[in-house]
Amino acid sequence: MINEDIISDLNFSTVRAWKDQHSGGKAIGYFPVYAPVELIRACGMLPVGLNGAGDQLDIQYADARFGSFICSIVKTTLEMGLTDHLAPFDGLLFSSICDSARNLCFVMKRNFPDMYIDFLHLPHNPSSASSTEFLISEYRRLQQGLEAMNGRRVTDDSLNEAIILYNENRSLSRMLYDERARQPHVLRTSELYPLVRAGNFLPVEEHTALLRQTLETLGSRSGKQRDSIRIVIEGSFCEQPPLDLIKILEEAGCYIVDDDFVLGPRWFLEDVPLNGDPLRSLADSYLNRAVYSSVRHDFRKPRHKALLEKVHRRQAQAVILLIAKFCEPAYFDYVLFKQELEKENVPHLLLEFEEKMFTFERLRTEVETFVESLLFD
Amino acid sequence: MKWYETLNEAAETQEPPTVSMMISGNCVELLEGFGAVPIYPEVNALQLAIRHQSLDPILFAEELGYAADNCAYVKADIGAYLKGITPTGGKLPKPTLVLCNFVGCNTYLKWFEHVAEFTGAPLYTLDVPFMRTADPSVADIKYVVSQLQELVKLLEGLTGRKFDYDRFKEAVRYSARTEEVWSNIKHLARSSPSPFDAYFDAITLMGPLYVYRGKPEGVEFFELALAELEEKVERHEGVNDQEKFRVVIEGPPPYPHFRTFRDMFAKWQACAVASTYSTVGGLWEFGARHDPEKPFESVALHMLAHNVTNRNYLQRYDQIKRYVEEWGADGVIIHFVKSCRLFSAGQGDMRDYFTKVLGVPTLYIESDLEDPRYFSEAQLKNRIDAYFEALEHHKMTASPSD
Repeated sequence: MINEDIISDLNFSTVRAWKDQHSGGKAIGYFPVYAPVELIRACGMLPVGLNGAGDQLDIQYADARFGSFICSIVKTTLEMGLTDHLAPFDGLLFSSICDSARNLCFVMKRNFPDMYIDFLHLPHNPSSASSTEFLISEYRRLQQGLEAMNGRRVTDDSLNEAIILYNENRSLSRMLYDERARQPHVLRTSELYPLVRAGNFLPVEEHTALLRQTLETLGSRSGKQRDSIRIVIEGSFCEQPPLDLIKILEEAGCYIVDDDFVLGPRWFLEDVPLNGDPLRSLADSYLNRAVYSSVRHDFRKPRHKALLEKVHRRQAQAVILLIAKFCEPAYFDYVLFKQELEKENVPHLLLEFEEKMFTFERLRTEVETFVESLLFD
Repeated sequence: MKWYETLNEAAETQEPPTVSMMISGNCVELLEGFGAVPIYPEVNALQLAIRHQSLDPILFAEELGYAADNCAYVKADIGAYLKGITPTGGKLPKPTLVLCNFVGCNTYLKWFEHVAEFTGAPLYTLDVPFMRTADPSVADIKYVVSQLQELVKLLEGLTGRKFDYDRFKEAVRYSARTEEVWSNIKHLARSSPSPFDAYFDAITLMGPLYVYRGKPEGVEFFELALAELEEKVERHEGVNDQEKFRVVIEGPPPYPHFRTFRDMFAKWQACAVASTYSTVGGLWEFGARHDPEKPFESVALHMLAHNVTNRNYLQRYDQIKRYVEEWGADGVIIHFVKSCRLFSAGQGDMRDYFTKVLGVPTLYIESDLEDPRYFSEAQLKNRIDAYFEALEHHKMTASPSD
């Protein structure tokens, strides 16, 4: 399957294939960000990032359960459950990223009482010395739940091995992101995005091979430079925009030089250290090495400062705030992002999307106008 | 209210120290150990709404970039701060500390971040693990206690005052007493007729409950209220002329249209005998109390387990189910508010549970707690009328053995 097919496949064929190859193997779906995939993997299971249903599923039941003003990914995740699309999964994992996602976890529990469903509380106070100990105990609780469900112990060795595999995967993602920022005309986001996102649905080794393969071909490629401006995309960390929308951004004259798409598989900014205590290392990495987003809280360093650093590091000319409809955390951050960007004279544009949108003409016009205003500035 | 006068004084003289906090699972007792006074941005916001002053600050905040879908409490509070509007016309101080005592509501994390950004006051986020298991674990309690102790150190530095442990313990003792009395009041609503409305009246008692809980004034106030209500029970005096319907209400009220909304129920002689919203600051009617012998642990437990916002959604279903069964309610009203996803995300599933699994007549209506624009009076009235008409029919046709 090509990456574009993998990311829109609601049959989860890659997950089914893995289960066919691993007798008794279990798959755990996680709501898309900050999941300790290493733990799931170390327990011998396949972690799968759930990214909603895109435009592949008409919502028949979930609207009535979640009402108005709730984002699409929450509804499509429930809808997938209610329409049996989540059959390949043995368990689901949610975390404290936002109010809607949290309530979704417990609604899922009621509707799927036989499924293993857990909720991780990720600390919101990393400045406290006690946060690391707390998160270790939280990961241990998850670990025990997974072990009981799967009948298999997680050893330090298996956890270290998983950390090595994911470190390698994330390191390659980072290299590809760097390469794209260096030559966005050679590695386009419409290629990189499905490639990275496919990692949500593949065993990590397979995905690492795909990343490596792409990285190795870059040297022999040539691309045609276009009249485009260097853009950072911010705000699409959870619900994902349609691939067609990303293509339109590029066609309209954007070199996307950084983004927060699919943070799930690439949420550590550097390797998780291997220092003999893997759980501590994972907990410490969430608190001190994780990428910022609107749903991770660290008042030691405001997100708007982090965004600005990203803009400077990538030598971006502008920021597009690409926010999922009804995503309250992103909309809150918009206020402080906007204020900071204006203070620093960084042009910005706010665009709203929904995973299931399929007409983009209005957005195209907005982006084209924005790009033109900068190109001819 | 004397509390706003104190805040006005603090704005003029920087004394006493003030701490911005959220109502839910607040640790007001700890502030007593510093003689510090709470500022509740939520109370500021709802006071503006109930006084029909919330729209201007909301519009101002939207001009700054807040979205239509952001919590209108936040917009009203931030807008009012930046425009220099206060609910009483007095002054509000720059807080000594912005304390995000996060319990459940992720929006608070953003709100307090923004308050700190706009006021320039220091921020501390006290992280309270969400109730993802039936009871808090030892690790959960230890984590919260450690942070409470860090907070004490931080406040000592910021206020220049030494933490008065005895005063803290004393406040915890008063809180336990207030909670006992408040719980007794809540239980009076099990009588028929109920002597008070456990939604609309309970809401108006929330101010004194959260500001004065840990003080002798709080105990005194609620003891007086209890005595009055006990007399009403003896006289069989209810809220309306007759008590035709007993309901449980879930969700915050539409503050900008509080009276109009109340009248929609009064018209049907319907009385709320219990409500989840009145347990935002503390859920005491099932027996939980602060414990002066373990002040830090009991404050931690209060924040973790004994307030509706930090309890998970299914625990809320159970809470409402207990109300229906033990308080003898005829039905459940679910009020979806656009602003608050903590309360509202998934309330359709809640309705499904109560109607289909438990067979409890349930009404689902929508408006907002702060933004006056999201209130469709005619539509709400029609829905409420239709619900009570059906409930009346249901009660008439149900045999006593049902």
